[in-house]
Amino acid sequence: MEAFAELLDRLVLTPSRNGKLKLLTDYFSTTPDPDRGLALAAITGDLSIAAVKPAMLRTLVMERMDPVLFGYSYDYVGDLAETVSLVWPEPPADKKPNHTPTLGEVVGALQSASRSDGPAVLAQLLDAAGISARYAIIKLVTGGLRIGVSARLAKQALAGLGTVDVSEIEEVWHGLDPPYRSLFAWLEGKAPRPEKAARALFRSVMLSHAVEDNDLARIDPADYAAEWKWDGIRVQAVSEGGLRKLYSRTGDEISGAFPDLVEAMTFDGALDGELLVGHPPEHTGTFSDLQQRLNRKSVSPKMRERFPVFVRCYDLLQDGPEDLRPLPLLERRARLEIFVARLDPARFDLSPVIAFSDWSALDNLRRHPPHPVIEGVMIKQKVSPYLAGRPRGPWFKWKRDPYTVDAVLMYAQRGHGKRSSFYSDYTFGVWAGSEGGEELVPVGKAYFGFTDEELRQIDKYVRDNTIERFGPVRSVRADRRNGLVLEIAFEGLNRSTRHKSGVAMRFPRISRLRWDKPAAEADRIETLQALLDEPVAPTSAG
Amino acid sequence: MRARDLLHPRPEGLYCPPGDFFIDPVKPVARALITHGHSDHARAGHGAVLATRETIDIMGLRYGEGFAGSIQAATLGETFDLNGVTVGFHPAGHVLGSAQIAVEHGGIRIVASGDYKRRRDATCAPFEPVACDVFITEATFGLPVFHHPDDRQEIARLLKSVGQFPESAHLVGAYALGKAQRVMKLLREAGFDRPIHIHGALAKLTSYYQGRGIDLGDIEPATLEPGAKSDFAGAIVIGPPSAFADRWARRFPEPISCFASGWMRIRQRAKQRGVELPLIISDHSDWIELTETILETGASEVWVTHGREEALVRWCELAGIAAQPLHLVGYEDEGD
Repeated sequence: MEAFAELLDRLVLTPSRNGKLKLLTDYFSTTPDPDRGLALAAITGDLSIAAVKPAMLRTLVMERMDPVLFGYSYDYVGDLAETVSLVWPEPPADKKPNHTPTLGEVVGALQSASRSDGPAVLAQLLDAAGISARYAIIKLVTGGLRIGVSARLAKQALAGLGTVDVSEIEEVWHGLDPPYRSLFAWLEGKAPRPEKAARALFRSVMLSHAVEDNDLARIDPADYAAEWKWDGIRVQAVSEGGLRKLYSRTGDEISGAFPDLVEAMTFDGALDGELLVGHPPEHTGTFSDLQQRLNRKSVSPKMRERFPVFVRCYDLLQDGPEDLRPLPLLERRARLEIFVARLDPARFDLSPVIAFSDWSALDNLRRHPPHPVIEGVMIKQKVSPYLAGRPRGPWFKWKRDPYTVDAVLMYAQRGHGKRSSFYSDYTFGVWAGSEGGEELVPVGKAYFGFTDEELRQIDKYVRDNTIERFGPVRSVRADRRNGLVLEIAFEGLNRSTRHKSGVAMRFPRISRLRWDKPAAEADRIETLQALLDEPVAPTSAG
Repeated sequence: MRARDLLHPRPEGLYCPPGDFFIDPVKPVARALITHGHSDHARAGHGAVLATRETIDIMGLRYGEGFAGSIQAATLGETFDLNGVTVGFHPAGHVLGSAQIAVEHGGIRIVASGDYKRRRDATCAPFEPVACDVFITEATFGLPVFHHPDDRQEIARLLKSVGQFPESAHLVGAYALGKAQRVMKLLREAGFDRPIHIHGALAKLTSYYQGRGIDLGDIEPATLEPGAKSDFAGAIVIGPPSAFADRWARRFPEPISCFASGWMRIRQRAKQRGVELPLIISDHSDWIELTETILETGASEVWVTHGREEALVRWCELAGIAAQPLHLVGYEDEGD
């Protein structure tokens, strides 16, 4: 339990992806079964333990200490799980169990506890554990470790144990259960690959590279097919022998949030496509609309009616018993057209193929797409098989130009790791209010898009123009006469009730430093609001 | 005589009317008794200073010779008569030279403990409880949430990380007086025998510790020729906590920021500062040690100075001990 607790603490404070991978891989390689498998399940969200409500936790601790002292403590720490882990009184030495329970023992005790004796079992475990182990136990029972590690990253770390590629791990993943003994044995070369016992498994997705400067000059347009790049989320719909599953592109199962779609998966096969909302083919909703349906555990009938989802199909990976992935793209496409024709047209349609003669014609289509929910074009080699991962060459994405806006730097925060001595995370705003009473409203935050040299320049500017400091954050001089104008590039805008400005940017980054531009000439909030109301073909907003 | 007549707070600090002296005054006064060398307790500009030899030396290093009109050195265990008031110096275990000051007159003994800790620390003399009527205690970590773990376990975590990330420099923030040298000593005790690199702000005090016979091994300045970042791969670099947010830190490869402080017990504190590897090592007492020390002194009354007074006062109430906050101003609540 101590090793798991230490792992959680380090992961939460380690910003670098490589650092997290190293910590995870080291943990998996030095921790015995079943603890490492249970830890993996806890991180990927696949560990099921009856939840304990915060109120119960509070009751347990109040039975053991002065409520006034607990109140002071909770006020100071601010997090219930952490407070309880710290103030929980150590039992007298003669009553304390002689060893800290292992993660396996903790999970076993919690899973076999009945609803009525759950609190007593939890109290016993907390008595037996040290401070950091107590914190980990409380996090397990109150749900949500929140350590900034995705299931995908955890699988990447598993790949670090041996020579198996992460895409292979993703393919067997959904057929396995905690504590994943057969998986670890395979990864460490001690056993064969686990049998694909389960059906409707995920197939690793094929991804593309962005078009770079000389890419297109080197390839022949006649060898490539093009289609629109839709602005939804990439999904895989798999149905086998009556078992239906919808996966995200990283292999997370998301069927639960889309019962309307799953109901319509009346086929036997595996489809690759874009999840969108609307009524195809006439109406395709924006990404903002789609967001109403994302990250939900359950979905109300009203929500299903207002924001119906459908899949715009790109590819067919499996048709009945036949694996189509080795076939060339054009053959798969022909099969896809026959396959989709048999499905409910309100839930599945085809992503059209775009005819084009040369790259400049396609470039023109990319810049002026016929629909606002298109974010560019995909270019796919006609003979390409469907390959896992991101091979270089067969597939390219060529996105439309981003929107841009000129905003004023308002706050800067120190970065992490390599950037811990730089102010590298920037909050920027645009002007709002009537003439003479203009003020800046923050519209976003960005921490990349600049070169190392530009970072040094902004850092110096921040240090020289600080007006206030709050911990790691500095407030920077920004008024009509003083301020650094940043050209911000972004992919789109969503309405937001959480932000004062009412807008939230997608994928904002710094595209240029406008040392030349006076702060008063930065953009106004109305420019962004107009974009929100009319999400038409992109033009520069600034 | 009432205890309040023997010692009470004034804007300048804690004052003893019959002896006509202050303890750790925050403004210049005619006669000052100083518990230890941290800058919020030991200030320059007093008429006369009475403190341990080490505290006087440390003040000299910080403020230069002539930081006070006259200086008198006290040995731990020694007593003085100041206008009929008996004053004694006893080890506080906080940093090198730190002392509790016992003030006795008219049958009452008050102990002003300054800052103190109860853990073993090879860089200073251990705390000795002094029986008294009134015990004046700090409350920096005066909340039941503060439990300092075994410092060897914290150093082991640091060394484990150094092994896991050999391409990185581990930057350990530690206060220049006491904490930094204690971390060095703990690293040596744990068997780390490579050179330890330090920020320039630590140089004077560290060589003073070494001059007092505390063996810290090979200590080298963290300076380098431009463009040779890899020199510090795998190194442990100790500096004042503020330095790592500074441009100074840019010379180190793949830095991992660490901070040795009792505050690192609270995750949010570590997060706010951007600390990646918090090391819970404190030069103050934790909650259990504060409360046990109060009981050990046998004091019937407790006065609580800087820190989180209210929780410690509440604990005293529950234990049947009279207690009140002193509301002294000018001391850092956050230093550790």
